[in-house]
Amino acid sequence: MTTPVQHDHSASALLCAHNVRKVYGDDRTPVLENVSVEMRDGEFVALLGPSGSGKSTLLRIMAGLMSPSAGEVRSHDKILNGPNPDVAIVFQSFALFPWLTVLQNVELGLLAMGVPDDERRKRALKAIDLIGLDGYEEAFPKELSGGMKQRVGFARALVVEPEVLFMDEPFSALDVLTGENLRGELQELWSDRLIPTRAVLMVTHNIDEAVSLADRILVFGANPGHVRVELRGLPLDERRRKGPARAQLVDTIYRIMTNPDEDAVALAEVRTARVAVGRDARGDRAPRRYQAIPDVGIDDLTGFVQYLSGIGGRANLHELSRDLQMRADDLLAIIEATDLLGFADMQERQVFLTQVGQRFAEVDLDEEKSLFRATAIEHISLLRHIVRELETTPTHVIDAEEIVNDLERSFSGAEARRQFETVVDWGRYAELFTYDDKAGELTLDEEHRVDLHAEPFAQDRA
Amino acid sequence: MSDTRFPILVGWFTRRTAPAPVDDRSAAPRWIDALLLLALVAVGYGIMRAAAEWRAPLSAGAQINLSIGRLPYYAGLSTLRMTIAYIISLAFSLVYARVAAASRIAERILMPLLDILQSIPILSFMPGVVLGLAALFPGRTIGLELAAVILIFTSQAWNLAFSFHQSLITIPRELSEAAVVYRLGAWRRFTKLELPYGAIALVANSMMSWAGGWFFLMASEQFTLGDKNLRLPGLGSYLARAADVGQTTALVAGLLTLITVIVLLDQLLWRPLVAWSDRFKFEQTGAADAPQSAVLDAVMGSAATRWFSATVARPALSFLDRVLSPQHVAAETSRRGRYRVIPIALAVFAGVALVWLVAAGAWSAARVVSILTWHDWRYVLLCAGATFLRTTVALVLAAAWTIPAGVAIGMNPRLSHRIQPLVQIAASVPATAIFPILLFAMLALPGGLNLAAVGLMLLGTQWYVLFNVIAGAMAIPSDLREAAVTYHVTGWRRWKTLILPAIFPYLVTGMITATGGAWNASIVSEYVTFAGKKVSTLGLGALIAQAADTGRFPLLLAGTLVMSAIVIAGNRLVWRRLYALAESRFRLE
Repeated sequence: MTTPVQHDHSASALLCAHNVRKVYGDDRTPVLENVSVEMRDGEFVALLGPSGSGKSTLLRIMAGLMSPSAGEVRSHDKILNGPNPDVAIVFQSFALFPWLTVLQNVELGLLAMGVPDDERRKRALKAIDLIGLDGYEEAFPKELSGGMKQRVGFARALVVEPEVLFMDEPFSALDVLTGENLRGELQELWSDRLIPTRAVLMVTHNIDEAVSLADRILVFGANPGHVRVELRGLPLDERRRKGPARAQLVDTIYRIMTNPDEDAVALAEVRTARVAVGRDARGDRAPRRYQAIPDVGIDDLTGFVQYLSGIGGRANLHELSRDLQMRADDLLAIIEATDLLGFADMQERQVFLTQVGQRFAEVDLDEEKSLFRATAIEHISLLRHIVRELETTPTHVIDAEEIVNDLERSFSGAEARRQFETVVDWGRYAELFTYDDKAGELTLDEEHRVDLHAEPFAQDRA
Repeated sequence: MSDTRFPILVGWFTRRTAPAPVDDRSAAPRWIDALLLLALVAVGYGIMRAAAEWRAPLSAGAQINLSIGRLPYYAGLSTLRMTIAYIISLAFSLVYARVAAASRIAERILMPLLDILQSIPILSFMPGVVLGLAALFPGRTIGLELAAVILIFTSQAWNLAFSFHQSLITIPRELSEAAVVYRLGAWRRFTKLELPYGAIALVANSMMSWAGGWFFLMASEQFTLGDKNLRLPGLGSYLARAADVGQTTALVAGLLTLITVIVLLDQLLWRPLVAWSDRFKFEQTGAADAPQSAVLDAVMGSAATRWFSATVARPALSFLDRVLSPQHVAAETSRRGRYRVIPIALAVFAGVALVWLVAAGAWSAARVVSILTWHDWRYVLLCAGATFLRTTVALVLAAAWTIPAGVAIGMNPRLSHRIQPLVQIAASVPATAIFPILLFAMLALPGGLNLAAVGLMLLGTQWYVLFNVIAGAMAIPSDLREAAVTYHVTGWRRWKTLILPAIFPYLVTGMITATGGAWNASIVSEYVTFAGKKVSTLGLGALIAQAADTGRFPLLLAGTLVMSAIVIAGNRLVWRRLYALAESRFRLE
């Protein structure tokens, strides 16, 4: 039933990235690897993925704000070599000039186009009117609420009538209701063709947002950033309505995102026949030495297990996201962490505690720690590696830099640092080792020696 | 590094009240227009008078008239000199910081260079500069005037450049990207993004720069070249002459005039500027307490200002905007080439010029210095040791009184409110202007000059420490203070666990500035001409000043090099490490 998304390499592509790779500085691991994206006339494309998957980097490369380390970006079949003149961006932080009024901010984009003063004013006022900012022309950004600020961001982008509109997490700095409202208005402008923009590219971490807006959804994976799968969006009339088709697509994406190390194509096929599948998941890249640990602090981790146990040991993802008031990607990271440790499992958008997880929630602090110690050593390859190194070193002290360097063979510089910080957080809590941040040294905690050889190592999931 | 302290200070310098409604300025009375016009005429006339002075033939030891009626005239001349130097400093800083921020290569060369420049005791080079400029305009005062302006420039420029560079590299990424996406171009980017973003720090640092300029008021108006004594008419030379001939009335009148000028500038220029620049605050939400200035409101609301703005300023700016911004850049796709070529070419050019300068300078310096014997070097080091002791004593004394005082002021809002104007005026009086009085009182004592030198260092540098300690004490969160009360942490334990760690980063910042200042002050304080006699004590400053006086250039150069090396080494080896420690260990977040 699955039909791959057909890639028509005809002239209809307004803008495309081809085999883009991006490496920062002298990092050994790229943030983006072999990514190709095509923007066609009339399309709304969403880039969805966890933080650190390079989606914002890709957006900046396609906007010509940075150059790719390898690969190319073509705009109308010409290789892009500098800022892309056909693109306007709506930024996550709004990026308004605080010392300019709303009107001046909106006029900013027109300045460079050499529009005569009168017409510039007229066009800016029209854009302000269109986006619902009437009456705020002379206000300064600091007088406005977040939603109003982002409206200025939209007006500034739309007034230059860009061929392609880029949006970098445009609603994530807004509260839920405001974001929903603005999103609805944007969708109306777009689907009713009230704006001359021919294509939209949106970066988001919000599954709901992607499903209700996009014609095509590219799900990104991290370390290095790559496109795991490309999904076709819902037909227009099913996007906003709560119906089975929508629920199914959301469910599929949840499943794909909570299983970062499984084949996304297979996951998509199993779930739904409606979804067309394009890409291979991991390609022929070398397997990683350690699995990626999600960026979750120990407090969130234990707190989540306690909470889940308190509400009966199982919950629906949507309810969790709503009740805990968490961003979807943060919640997913926590679930992934509990899953990795064997405390929780997920099926059909239901999260439930395993037996171990249930015990973890019930016991007192000492036992909680020893339980965590055992499971973490069993499941987290990096933690196991560190403890083994500490045991075999005569002084039982190792240099943090060694571990970070080792991690940099599998992760980009910033990500390696983050992986290290998380593993230190978990290891300290498990009382496996202590860490002196100033000296940059890990020291084995002699009191809680673990017998690493008691059981054979579980194979890494990756 | 030198920038972190200023925004805090501005807050303290400026009275904060509830903001006035935006549009109540239109009702400024008519007499303000008349006043503005009058001020304009006065400034114009003053510049003409000064220009006549500049063209005047150079006469050794220009006569300074000590009658009190001449004081406004002299004060005007000194202020004009400062203004010219400041305008040059500002222009230099904007260009220098912009170039440094344009590319990484340029940054790696220019910023360390700036650090070195600010550590060099400029007074050492004055004889050479004066000599050169006097030769450039033979027989005219203008050469000397230029020398004075250059000296003041070197006391004003560096922190401005540091501040603007710091602003440029901290512009939020998305804002900077918006400027690229909406194709503002270099000029609009500069005027609409970079300059506004740096404005608050620039205003705060400008105030500091003027204080630094006043410090050299006296040194900039009188030069000694061998046996020739050259003087420029001005407040500085007035004070120096009054001290020289022992006229106490004139001395006091001169000091009062100076204080008046400083207070007037603060009220009429800096306070309005601080209030005005508040609009450039980079914040997403409105603050309840914005700095206010009645003068600003009056000036902005006057009909004359509005007329000027509407018929002169705005059209001129938009004309500039049109001329300097490329039109229709939309058609252009491949811009990266041009984007990078200019900064790189500039950097390469600057790099080559720099290497050449450094090589040539080092070569000739080595040749000059090679004349010195081992014995001379030992003397230089001995002098350095003596001055080191003096600066250390001054710094310890400064810390000893400013820490308790600053903490008391900073932790008590009511006290702070009452003392603030007094401290502000006290701090604004340049230490060098009080120095003659200090000499007057101390020179008769045993080791008098020794004491007076430490006194000058203390006077000149204690304020940096005091202001920073106050800022640090004000920044202690009230919940930490309440926690200390709740857990009965009192007395010395309260100092040890709460106050000292909290003010430590601020203290270090203040001390960095103070150390540089103290070394610089040694040049004017260890070797002085007082009441017609030359008095000196053992010290590196004395060595430099004396060598300059007697034209012993090898010794002058050696002394200067040693002093620069000590200041730079102290910054790198002691202060920066302490600063890093403060940042990582004692930062309150």
